[in-house]
Amino acid sequence: MSGRWNIAARIRKSEKTAYLFVLPYVVYFLAFVAYPLIFSLVLMFHRWNIVTPMEWIGLKNFIRMFDDPLVLRSFLNTLIFLAIHIPLQIVVALSFAMLLNSRVHFRSFFRAVYFTPVVVSGVVVTILWQQMYSFDNGVFNAILGSVGIDKIPWLVDPAIAMPSIAVMATWKNVGIYIVLFLVGLQHIPAELYEAAEIDGGSKYNAFRHVTIPMLNPTIIGVIVLSTIGGFSLFIEPYVLTGGGPMQSTLSAMLYIYNQAFYFGHMGYAATLGIMFALVILAVVVVQRKVIEAES
Amino acid sequence: MTKLLKYCALVAGLVIFGYPFVWMMIGSLKPEMEISNLKLWSSLLSFTSYRTVFTKVPIARAFANSLFVSLSVTTLVVVLGSMVGYALAKMRFFGKELLYLLILFTMMIPFQITLIPQYVLMVKLGWTDTYLSLIVPSMMSGLSIILFRQFFMNVPQALIDAARIDGCTDVQILFKLIWPLSRPVIITVAILTFMASWNDVLWPLIVVRDRSLMTMPQLVTIFVIGGEAETQLGSLLAVSTLLALPVILAYAFFQRYFIESMATSGIKG
Repeated sequence: MSGRWNIAARIRKSEKTAYLFVLPYVVYFLAFVAYPLIFSLVLMFHRWNIVTPMEWIGLKNFIRMFDDPLVLRSFLNTLIFLAIHIPLQIVVALSFAMLLNSRVHFRSFFRAVYFTPVVVSGVVVTILWQQMYSFDNGVFNAILGSVGIDKIPWLVDPAIAMPSIAVMATWKNVGIYIVLFLVGLQHIPAELYEAAEIDGGSKYNAFRHVTIPMLNPTIIGVIVLSTIGGFSLFIEPYVLTGGGPMQSTLSAMLYIYNQAFYFGHMGYAATLGIMFALVILAVVVVQRKVIEAES
Repeated sequence: MTKLLKYCALVAGLVIFGYPFVWMMIGSLKPEMEISNLKLWSSLLSFTSYRTVFTKVPIARAFANSLFVSLSVTTLVVVLGSMVGYALAKMRFFGKELLYLLILFTMMIPFQITLIPQYVLMVKLGWTDTYLSLIVPSMMSGLSIILFRQFFMNVPQALIDAARIDGCTDVQILFKLIWPLSRPVIITVAILTFMASWNDVLWPLIVVRDRSLMTMPQLVTIFVIGGEAETQLGSLLAVSTLLALPVILAYAFFQRYFIESMATSGIKG
């Protein structure tokens, strides 16, 4: 009883304008966050093509998910993507960040150019890489040809297509991580390197025992963001390969999109969405725990 | 010697990250048969490919759509976000802590969960194939509210108290007193929001089918995968240039702000 009076009193004491200021957000939250979250749970138990009435099917969407080879396939494709994308991103970003962090001229010019792909639409990036990956006229095969190596079917060979997309995605995003690593490097106190030098350590040792541990937070950031990005991968395979060849570039997001808007399986697509979201959250939490435990 | 190697590596980086864009822009002006060679110049530069694009797809309309949608979203996110951020940072009201936690929670939800039901909501509201479906679902953003809140926390309370004594309302304090002091955070939020909105393609593909309402990246996507570009590499590069150039120009002028803003959004993860 007193609790309720307490709340009423606290509301009375509140600044009324504050409620006016947050009202748009509350309405937005209810309509575009809370409602979709609840409705996705409802969809999970229904078959629905959005035109005819919803049909309750219990746990069938769930069972179907475990029988569906393409779910596993798109999950594995995402893992392949991440297995290449994450290490490549860290190595490339850290290399350029260290180059930029040393005493060089035109640092901000270099940084600005490396960052350009980040601001440009993924559609443009995909179109450009489609040309560069072209079997007959692409720049990569031209370079290989000039040193006498056979042409590679970058987007046609099922074993190579996803790695090709992972390289392209790295090129698109690495600018952000160059900047983040650069910020991280600039925050490492010079005394740490001096101490390592006095101890007679080599440059490699300084890198191994000073640079890497000090950059750990940035590395965690790269891994977490890349994982979220990997599960959101859509426009690249959508434009480049349509998920082929032989489903080898079918990403999680592309599969959800196809189920919903190509086949009209709203309930199943919503179920997949929930599942992949849970996977993302689980992977991100585990990654943090593992990395924190190691440092 | 190591100095030379360093510059070699840095210049190699310039080629890796810059060359494709240069090739795109020059390729869009080259005659079809000369595009696939790797030379960056030709004596026969012309706007033929652009003419093809403008006759085949309503690209000017798509540009206007994109501009209208992105500017509306950015304005809403800045105005409404700063209001919520101000309330969270400087006002006392019941439910403040709960609201703050709620916003942090929404930032952790992967969009894969809400995508399908949000589309269903658009269908139920009859908003598909309207600007509303492109603008309203993005008019608030948890990240920008948090950025505003953090920035406003550092505004001295004495300043606000003084304004109150002078009889200013909270609306006046926020928009006339605090906004002019908040250029850095407003620029950050505006750039992040504008870029995300301008480059988004998944959501427009879902809610818009009517060609006259399509955003630019969406129309380009349809142009590419719909086979309208056929084998004409020139028009493909022309349409890419039209999509990329406004952003690259904005980036060239406000480079430092872009990099700082995007780095901010990177740190949140």
